[in-house]
Amino acid sequence: MEKFESRVIVSGVGLSETGRGLDRTGLDLALDAALAAIGDAGLGPGDIDGIASLPFGDRPPEELIDALGLQIDWLGAPSSGAQLGVIISAAMAIAAGLCRHVLIYRSVQRLGGLLGSASGTLPAPEGPWEWHVPFHEYSAVNLCAMQARRHMHQYGTTKEQLGWVAMTCRRHAALNDKAVIRSPLSMRDYLDAPMISDPLGRLDCDLPIDAAVGLVLSSSAFVADCPNPPVRIEAVGCANHGPTGWETRLDFPTMAARDAAAQMWSRTDLGPADVDVAEVYDGFTILTLSWLEALGFCAEGEAGPFVDGGARIQLGGELPLNTYGGQLSAGRLHGLWLFHEAVLQLRGDAGARQVPGASVAITSAGGISKCGCVLLTR
Amino acid sequence: MPEPARIVPSLDGLSRAFWTGGSRGELMLSHCQACQYWIHPPKPLCPRCHERDLRWEPTSGVATLFSYTVNFKAWNPKVPVPYVLGIVELPEQAGLRLTTNIVNCSVDDIEIGMRLRVNFEQHGEVFVPLFEPAASVERLRTESAG
Repeated sequence: MEKFESRVIVSGVGLSETGRGLDRTGLDLALDAALAAIGDAGLGPGDIDGIASLPFGDRPPEELIDALGLQIDWLGAPSSGAQLGVIISAAMAIAAGLCRHVLIYRSVQRLGGLLGSASGTLPAPEGPWEWHVPFHEYSAVNLCAMQARRHMHQYGTTKEQLGWVAMTCRRHAALNDKAVIRSPLSMRDYLDAPMISDPLGRLDCDLPIDAAVGLVLSSSAFVADCPNPPVRIEAVGCANHGPTGWETRLDFPTMAARDAAAQMWSRTDLGPADVDVAEVYDGFTILTLSWLEALGFCAEGEAGPFVDGGARIQLGGELPLNTYGGQLSAGRLHGLWLFHEAVLQLRGDAGARQVPGASVAITSAGGISKCGCVLLTR
Repeated sequence: MPEPARIVPSLDGLSRAFWTGGSRGELMLSHCQACQYWIHPPKPLCPRCHERDLRWEPTSGVATLFSYTVNFKAWNPKVPVPYVLGIVELPEQAGLRLTTNIVNCSVDDIEIGMRLRVNFEQHGEVFVPLFEPAASVERLRTESAG
């Protein structure tokens, strides 16, 4: 199969300073990450002719275009493929010949989970929120909590099994000096954390931080000039299968992750057994379990036993998971730090947390009805 | 107990019947007359057969609990916590679900699969459909009959 993916490489990655309460603007952090990624690719801002960012909660691309003096031909803010849609769309634009080097960025400033203001004076809910806000459902954590509760009911998944995802991410964060929380986490600590929306507690939710990540995707014609080992996009998948209401899908609790994974696997001869490292979305711990099932690392309903005890998913295990600490401990960058880490692993640049000989990495983001995943190789 | 600080929708033509049916004690949903599909949330046409011959009809008002969460975080400082969010499934059609609150029930007694019935909470012309254990209603009836 002639795939557009083969016409694109990941040429550069960069991270800003990371922390909480940094007192720096989102634009400032985004520019740090952007310049780091562009420099990592051996390029200058004048080489960038495409730009893409998530269509929510970030500084608009126009601000980076102005600040860096970019001459942009292609600008994308896609919502298909969830958070990884920026990567998928940028790769498509390069493969289509609309641009050669696309800057992708995400900056966050402890962007909260509350969908609106905390004052209780939210305006009358519109659109899909009409069916949630009148029942005091204000946050995605409520929906993911009900996804988790249903998963527990159908499959016997336990709170402790969710905890193994959080604990494993924390162990990996200790090996990453950019991770925002690196202190040891015991099962007792995990179980004692304040409950947010039962069964999800504070340590089941990703960590709001101040940070930005940058990525550069380039035409595969750049391979010879790229200063880094080129990381290749093997296959992508995205799904936005309806209905979009989180509670109304008949295949609750798995949903669109399975559809996105099916598309991705249909575009490659590789399979789950070929994956050396998994950087799987952990906006909430239950979403990680859902992705492990959807991507075929275990059967439907068996992600709880798969992660139990942590042996399989820790560094040294059969499927090292979220090796930089994940959104749960390194911090929330809406899926793009996961991608950044996959690139480092495939280059062999992950330092103390390197998976020896990693040559195939999987990344995924999103949950419920909007999902995307990208398989990378070196 | 003070009235919960519910943020209710402003009514429009698409959803008015859903939010006002409680004035008659009826949980109203849009029903396709062409293919008999129940539609929620409401749409201008049937998402299954794409016909526009829709009619608002009362449902049985009973449901089973599909999933739930006890919310502990005070997202809205005017709303006392904890409270219970639930996804309930109506018997009229497989997968016909809506998000609601489970009320008049101890958290310890809540379980997936429990039988529920609608109980409206009025806010002006809006009647918010909440759900409570069907058993508690039956018990109250028995007690009042006794």
